[in-house]
Amino acid sequence: MADAIGSYDAGGISDAAAVARTLAGDREAYRVLVERHSNYVYRLAYRMTGNPHDAEEVVQEAFLRGYQKLQQFAGNANFATWVYRIAANYAIDRLRQRKNDESRREAPPRAAEGEPEIDSLSQVKDPAPSPERLAGSAQIAVKMREALDTLTPAERTAIVMRHWDGCGIEEIAAVLKSNSSAAKNTVFRAVQKLRLALKPFAESRGAARAVGTES
Amino acid sequence: MKHSTEEELFAYREGEMKGRGAIAAHLHDCGECRAELDRIEEVFQALNTIEVPDPGEEYGARVWRQIANRLPERRASWWEGLFMPRRLMALGAAAALLLLAFWAGRISKPMAGAGDIADAGKVRERVLVIAVGEHLGKSEMVLVELSNAQPAVRGNKLINISAEQKRAQILVEENRLYRQTALSSGDTAMASTLDELERVLLDVANSPDEVTPAQFESIQKRIAGQGILLKVRVVQQELRAESEGRKPAPAQNDLTPKARNKV
Repeated sequence: MADAIGSYDAGGISDAAAVARTLAGDREAYRVLVERHSNYVYRLAYRMTGNPHDAEEVVQEAFLRGYQKLQQFAGNANFATWVYRIAANYAIDRLRQRKNDESRREAPPRAAEGEPEIDSLSQVKDPAPSPERLAGSAQIAVKMREALDTLTPAERTAIVMRHWDGCGIEEIAAVLKSNSSAAKNTVFRAVQKLRLALKPFAESRGAARAVGTES
Repeated sequence: MKHSTEEELFAYREGEMKGRGAIAAHLHDCGECRAELDRIEEVFQALNTIEVPDPGEEYGARVWRQIANRLPERRASWWEGLFMPRRLMALGAAAALLLLAFWAGRISKPMAGAGDIADAGKVRERVLVIAVGEHLGKSEMVLVELSNAQPAVRGNKLINISAEQKRAQILVEENRLYRQTALSSGDTAMASTLDELERVLLDVANSPDEVTPAQFESIQKRIAGQGILLKVRVVQQELRAESEGRKPAPAQNDLTPKARNKV
């Protein structure tokens, strides 16, 4: 059987064939899947965790879990989508763990009485820098990273899956283990929070433009 | 004028269909809501400024090195791969035909005497003959399509054979079942033809979705080289003749006609 495709290099076989071979005991066939999809999974993992170290751990764990659960893989699904979902699930657990650890280490920030939950997000790290310093997309990226860190794990997962990977609401709901209406709300809440976090920056840029210190 | 809410504008941006017409009409007339929509859009543009560091081309190989030793041993079980949902459908169809064959044999004459048993055997055999004939017909079609294809490709442009590949994957599973049935019923000649067919189908099933012209040509050569199309056609003719009763149905281990051997 192996000779049948011997004329192709290992990377040339389809995902379905690689899965079938792995299930048949050919561990090397799984290497094809790992090498083919690692970068794709890494992008998701990095956006969810925000740092390369955690992202790499998520990728490794996703492929390890994928191997262990390969019998459950629905053959009519796409392997990339399947391992992506495993990575998202693991990343969200990891984010939750990280949030818990952080909240144990630091005293929780005290919200003003009667202040809506959403306002806590305006507490973006660092006071607003000067307009000059904030010029350019690099600064926006910094602000957005900080804003993403303030999202709950579910919100972060939802916005990453929706915005960067174009996932459908049903798919997001499956990862969040909620229904589609709740998943839609989670995406919206994430956008609201990011918008609020970006607001002081957007205003300062507007002010900078108004006084001519920024183009 | 009642302005759209932030949530409505967000849903509109997300392509939500509910109330879309009304919001579009409102946006046309309302500069304030258009500006609000632009501000929502700015959030997404800002998200796009976050870049993901490139882990490098060799990243996949690195991940493999990191996890390879941690992968648990998987006991080889050739059948495990068969029990994937899509394949189960194909197997189900083939298995249903086999069951039908045995069921037909059982119910044809409940009070079985010697002649009745012979009748039951014939009914069973006929159902099997039809099922295998159909399977061979479908296999032939895939192989003919691949053999006759002359894709208009320039240079090294890839040729998409995913449709044939998917059909071949299903046929491989069916084929395996028929081959095992033929083998267990002592029809080694039929089992041998099905075995050859299975190898060719596997070639196609395990090929990449897209192949280079050279790879495509290699597939065509392998189909032609093994003469499998001719063998399949000969067997099909025999089975057809059998099912039409043009000659007495041979015993199962007689399904080795001279013509097939000649091929």
